[in-house]
Amino acid sequence: MSDTKKILIKGGRVVDPANGFDEVADVLIVDHKIEAVGSVKDAGAEVIDANGCIVCPGLIDLHVHFREPGDEEEETIFSGSAAAVAGGFTSVVCMPNTKPAIDDETSVEYIHRMGRQARKTFIYCMGAITKDRKGEELAEMGLMVKAGAIGFTDDGAGVQNAAVMLRALKYAQMFDIVISQHCHDSSLGSNGVMNSGYNSTILGLPGMDPLAEEMMLWRDVQLVKKTNVRYHAQHLSTAGSVKIIREAKADGLPVSCEVTPHHLLFTDDAVMDYDTNFKVNPPLRTAADIEALKSAIKDGVVDCLATDHAPHLQSEKELEFLTAPCGIASLECALALYVRALVEPGVIGWSELIALMTYKPAGVIGVDKGTLTVGSRADVTIFDPDAEYVIDTEKFYSKSRNCPYDGWKVSAKIKTTIVAGEIRYSN
Amino acid sequence: MIRRNTKFNWKRKHLLSLRDLSRQELEHIFETAKGFEQFSTRSIKKAPTLRGKVMVNMFFEDSTRTRISFSLAASRLSADIVDFTKKSSSVSKGETLIDTARNLEAMGIDIVVIRHNAGGAAKLLSRSINACVVNAGDGFNEHPTQGLLDVYTIVKEKGSLEGLKIGIVGDIAHSRVARSNIWAMTKLGAEVTLVGPPTLMPAKVDQLPVNVSYNLDDVIENLDVINMLRIQFERMGGNPFPSVREYSHFFGLTVERAQRAKPGMLVMHPGPINRGLEMESEVADGEKSVILKQVANGLAIRMAVLFLVNQAAMQEGKK
Amino acid sequence: MKILLNAGQVRAAVDELVGQMAAATPAGTDIAVIGIKSRGEILAQRFSQKLTDKLGRDIPCGALDITLYRDDINDPHGKAQPTVRSTEIDFNIDGLIIILVDDVLETGRSIRAAMDALIDLGRPRAIRLAVLIDRGHRELPIQADFYSCKVDVPQDESVEVSLVETDDVDQVAVSKG
Repeated sequence: MSDTKKILIKGGRVVDPANGFDEVADVLIVDHKIEAVGSVKDAGAEVIDANGCIVCPGLIDLHVHFREPGDEEEETIFSGSAAAVAGGFTSVVCMPNTKPAIDDETSVEYIHRMGRQARKTFIYCMGAITKDRKGEELAEMGLMVKAGAIGFTDDGAGVQNAAVMLRALKYAQMFDIVISQHCHDSSLGSNGVMNSGYNSTILGLPGMDPLAEEMMLWRDVQLVKKTNVRYHAQHLSTAGSVKIIREAKADGLPVSCEVTPHHLLFTDDAVMDYDTNFKVNPPLRTAADIEALKSAIKDGVVDCLATDHAPHLQSEKELEFLTAPCGIASLECALALYVRALVEPGVIGWSELIALMTYKPAGVIGVDKGTLTVGSRADVTIFDPDAEYVIDTEKFYSKSRNCPYDGWKVSAKIKTTIVAGEIRYSN
Repeated sequence: MIRRNTKFNWKRKHLLSLRDLSRQELEHIFETAKGFEQFSTRSIKKAPTLRGKVMVNMFFEDSTRTRISFSLAASRLSADIVDFTKKSSSVSKGETLIDTARNLEAMGIDIVVIRHNAGGAAKLLSRSINACVVNAGDGFNEHPTQGLLDVYTIVKEKGSLEGLKIGIVGDIAHSRVARSNIWAMTKLGAEVTLVGPPTLMPAKVDQLPVNVSYNLDDVIENLDVINMLRIQFERMGGNPFPSVREYSHFFGLTVERAQRAKPGMLVMHPGPINRGLEMESEVADGEKSVILKQVANGLAIRMAVLFLVNQAAMQEGKK
Repeated sequence: MKILLNAGQVRAAVDELVGQMAAATPAGTDIAVIGIKSRGEILAQRFSQKLTDKLGRDIPCGALDITLYRDDINDPHGKAQPTVRSTEIDFNIDGLIIILVDDVLETGRSIRAAMDALIDLGRPRAIRLAVLIDRGHRELPIQADFYSCKVDVPQDESVEVSLVETDDVDQVAVSKG
């Protein structure tokens, strides 16, 4: 293409937390890059009227499951990518718990290739820490790094064996990547399907003790002290975990963490009707845990928000609570959910919210993204913070409908998602 | 004796749990069961009440007694009975419980009696099909007809539960019988004490409307009723107590312990008994034992339940 | 509401029915009265006492709950939800002449149910029917052997029998809908 492609986003409230910028301005994109932010006049550009909208760096989700390869009936990289841009996400990180697991360079390359072909959102992926995510032998981390993996995790399970985890962290010292952990000590909550507490007792369902999460997190923090490798705790769910992260950060350790929408919006009361749409791992906890997570977000202890978008077939979610798979598909409505959980009750403001969804998660995986800095790649999300809409899972681009938010009336509607200077979604 | 008619409109076409039921509903079931008791002594042990109705026993777990009891109850009410037994699978893809039930329903069934290893399975079923659903035990959630027959037995022996001190001994954490017992007994005014090792108590047991004791000898002398739960090795993970021998030593109902109890204390057990483990044979067969009466009452209770859920379904007029 | 029989008339009606029953009972035949719950049961008790006095021998009395035998139990348009009560018959009915007692005879469906229930309990030599009021509108070929009065009451009106044992007063009244 010899023609220069220009897009001018006019009159929006430009929120670029990395640059401390929050005012009404225009954004000019030329080719794939941010050309200018301010008062811009350019006759030759395609104009997007962003009046009344927030214009921010493209959103980044560090935790999605696109199920490919292996469970393409639930999601594919193609359908997941379309869901991502509909949710305003210009970059997502795919988890490696596919079938087979992403545990070698070929698989990493496959994910990236499918992502490029989908041509919607940037697809990153994490590789498995151990072969086949069995928690026994290290996977070929180095070769996966060469193929573009930006981190490693056995997500879906934690690495149970402390020696294996220590070895992984030590080995990772060779690379500039993050080791990400689904903290769950399976000796403490192996067969649990919900939070262990009064509700699990009266429902007669096996519970997962909060300690199962906290014990592994605490252990890992000790291992990080020894290795000083970047460590990311996924989907924090308990007040105890918040305390451990707080202290680790105070000690200056390179740890980060993420929080999902559902752990901010629901307590384990939600499962009282055995509705499997509320079956997630880690499980929904208590009101006190939600408070702890919110105050950690307010205090800046939490680094990023991540959906843990986990699509499943309706037929699987129709199973008994004991047997049904864990997860919620929420990528397409995530922004509105965070607004409901955090902005509407006044926990944080727009700028803080956007920070948690842009440059901060970019920092966790060590990519130079999530800003509107002039000259940077033009990933931009435009949304109307006041537009109300009803979440309708029937309209999801995702192949799955396991979403307890169906029918919710929410605000903050994605208008346009621009990835590398191309409009990939507009509503 | 002539009682004035107390009109009560039973509205539930499913019996899923006793936690849902009001005291009045519990009493209505007992009142109804009373009318069914004489059936066992009649020459023709049958009434045409559910003639033309089909009841399916969907049992995903082994059970002989409960299934036979439901079958007998249904046959005494002239319903047709179909048995469906299958080991439940733990895989998430394949034919689901709901598929199975919808298939059966397509053949025109009226009442499903379900036993399943997953808590909430009965409720799941009730949401998915039109037929009446009766929970015959779901995981360690509830076993409502067992709870009803236990309480009915006590009512018949003691007149009422008001103020009675009842001990439930054993594996509370994994017991659906314990849960159904707790809800029904406390609603009817009994003071319930759970007895067992801490490793067999459920999470946040202190929030249940019960007392908890780790020492059977401390409480045995005060009890009016003792319900000895079956130790269900198949449900427990790990080994929650060091050995059967040690368990029996602390929590078994021995002859010696039974002798220290009040003379009128009722000894109950949901069966089948692990003789010598939960209780010694002399106690199980002794004069305090009402274990066989529980079984007999179970039949009347199950007839009452089948009758009532069908009645509610008829009134709902959906079928 | 219109009073059909007052307290005195109810008493007289009972006596009259007892007279009919006694007259129809040859010496040496074993009879028993069984009332259909709940008001038939009370009438049966009165009959049994008076018959015992009159015939100079013990006339057993029982109560029959017909809920399980009703033909409207599976009818979604059925009226009130019937409650199951106990049948209380503590004698063997085989070979007896059973006088089945109810307060009002209308469609005949209760009597059909009662006969089925009785036959499940044994094999009586004969079943006779005694009612206080026969109000017509039969739906089955059933007639009373003993009755105190026949009245023509339109179908949209109801005949309500009150008895002192449960209702504080003896009377029969007719009321609209």
